[in-house]
Amino acid sequence: MIRLSIVALALASAAPVLAETIAVEPGEGAQERLQEALILAQPGDEIALGAGRFELTDGLSLDVDNVTVRGAGMEATILDYTSQQGSGEGLLVTSDGVTLRDFAVENPKGDGIKSKGADNIVYHAIRVTWTGGPKPTNGAYGIYPVESTNILIDGTEVSGASDAGIYVGQSSKITVRNSVATDNVAGIEIENSRDAIVERNFVSRNTGGILVFDLPNLPVMGGGNVIVRDNLVAANTTPNFAPEGNIVATVPRGTGVMVMANENVWVGQNLLYDNPTAPIMVIAYPLPFEDADYNPYPREVTIAWNAVDAGGTDPQLDGAEQLRAAFGGALPPVMWDGLTDGGAEYTPLRVHSDLKGWSLNLTEQGKDMTGAQPGPLEVGRPAQPISTDGWGASAELEARLK
Amino acid sequence: MKRAAILVGAGILALTGSIAAHSGQRAAAAAPVAVNDAAVMDGLPRTLAEFGFFADAPAQVPAPRVIPYRLNTPLYSDGAEKLRFIYLPAGVGASADGEGLLEIPVGAALIKTFAFGEGEARRLIETRVLLHRADGWLALPYLWNDEQTEARLAVAGARVDLVTPRGEAISYRVPNKNQCKECHGLAGEVVPIGPKARNLSHEWLGEMVTRGMLDRVPDGADVLPLWEARADASAADAARAYLDVNCAHCHRPFAMASNSGLDLRWEQRDPAMIGIMKRPVAAGRGSGGLLFDVVPGKPEESILAHRMASAEPGVAMPELGKATVDPEGVEAVERWISGLEP
Repeated sequence: MIRLSIVALALASAAPVLAETIAVEPGEGAQERLQEALILAQPGDEIALGAGRFELTDGLSLDVDNVTVRGAGMEATILDYTSQQGSGEGLLVTSDGVTLRDFAVENPKGDGIKSKGADNIVYHAIRVTWTGGPKPTNGAYGIYPVESTNILIDGTEVSGASDAGIYVGQSSKITVRNSVATDNVAGIEIENSRDAIVERNFVSRNTGGILVFDLPNLPVMGGGNVIVRDNLVAANTTPNFAPEGNIVATVPRGTGVMVMANENVWVGQNLLYDNPTAPIMVIAYPLPFEDADYNPYPREVTIAWNAVDAGGTDPQLDGAEQLRAAFGGALPPVMWDGLTDGGAEYTPLRVHSDLKGWSLNLTEQGKDMTGAQPGPLEVGRPAQPISTDGWGASAELEARLK
Repeated sequence: MKRAAILVGAGILALTGSIAAHSGQRAAAAAPVAVNDAAVMDGLPRTLAEFGFFADAPAQVPAPRVIPYRLNTPLYSDGAEKLRFIYLPAGVGASADGEGLLEIPVGAALIKTFAFGEGEARRLIETRVLLHRADGWLALPYLWNDEQTEARLAVAGARVDLVTPRGEAISYRVPNKNQCKECHGLAGEVVPIGPKARNLSHEWLGEMVTRGMLDRVPDGADVLPLWEARADASAADAARAYLDVNCAHCHRPFAMASNSGLDLRWEQRDPAMIGIMKRPVAAGRGSGGLLFDVVPGKPEESILAHRMASAEPGVAMPELGKATVDPEGVEAVERWISGLEP
């Protein structure tokens, strides 16, 4: 009784805000009811989405810190944007400390879930699906954190994105793991970002599997400190369906892991199977650019041991037939464009002795394949194992999964 | 507890909607003579009437110290007639520092009503208020009822079927409270967009000074062309004014579309930053198969013009605040791009 009255007193004084669970069910007025719950939520609250299909006509947004949005499971709770009439994405998050888990987003007109300037965010057991399969009219990104620090993407599933299924841009301290990315142009893309761990994902039936890119003319540049390990990257043979103009529209189908213009990248212990242009590709930014602050070259890239079935058995490259013939029927698994800013003595990558490679031996950035003189890859071997101290999402984000 | 009170209050209002509407009518008839400063400064007033911004709200007759204004080049909102007002409490004035936003003190408010139809047929759709409170600006949308007697807070926004002046039947979107911030957000804060000195007339600014509501008419005022007289302005000025007003609240550093690297503010002079031969980063299908934001001399190859000319979600720009294409805006921007030297 004494304890009860203390609780009652605490409630009455109401000085501390007690976290609440706000239940929202699908059905009539779901758009307004759910959006109102997202607006009126207080930090610490959980919004519990009931099982079923929420038929939505507009994008939703969350701008309150430390809110959890939890569904009844990625197959049970579906935010259905098939009839979406406005907004550039399905769900937009602009606050910090948010946890999104156990629900699905289907057929958004633009991006699936975008979190911008939203630090310390967890995406767990989220599914984003364009149900019609790969189409250029699908939205660009499925899961799309950008300009954020400390991001954990765990156990998600994304398919059908006309750009990248899981796209992390202009961010740092990133973990993408245990996720399934299929039938997108790019399965997983880490772009203009640092301190990222991409591990234990299944990446299949995309045009390209895992991309680590850095692009010019953006507020955040200088991508690097990325480890890609223990992933299954298989059968990425979907023809490129990205609208032209987007950088991923240039990715050849059959690309496994592609590293472009990044520094300190480690690719190891992946199973790379049936990626018939190049299981692993390391290149400079291929286009002309004007940006004095941008470094277009890859630096300090390590290709450690990976299990690879074959190399470029059916490359989607100019002169594919001659190339295959020159290399005895198939291109070796590791492809480099030969470009570096480190002088003739410096090679930006090291490759495990089990893996053969080839180089385009380009001499000038931004000139496409002009001047290519393909030949065997002659680079150094991996040295010390990479240190990933301080990379990836923090322990606080891990703790939220429990 | 505060929130619980709000929710309970909402429930009571919903139950007694007809009574509230009735009292709203009475309030309008009684014509409050002063703005309710307490409502500007605190709480989430459930009806627009609680603010007392209008002597006659349905007729949009403002209360004392609520001053109407217009912008030289306005934001396109499906052709809505927009009635803009600024409220400044007695004893506090705004100040002007250069061509940019007026500095509007705590306690002030900006009010904007969106209407469609002319004369007797005019129908008020929504009134958006921006309240300058002690902890920053707060944006709230109020939705007018069919009877045109009362506007009620619609934090989750709404959709309203209507016909635009160009005869297009659309589902008009009243933005929700978060969507207000998508455009009004800058470095994490909510800020006004419209009342920049460069987009306000010398006459209006001078009148505000005369009234004692503004400290001065600053240098750089009134430089954006008057939209209806844009034929007299250079193609660049007309287009850049349009892009500044319609796009730059997102496409600038520290705002919603900062990650695009595109900066469409009037004062931005770096060609790459305003999109000239700039490649898109996250356009997705919005690129329309085009390679650059702006290709000098070639509007048909410019993503900027392509997205402005689309009404399709996921392609259309701006993403919020309009459902139809603004042919005048597209024309002005295409004229500018056509005249750019390759």
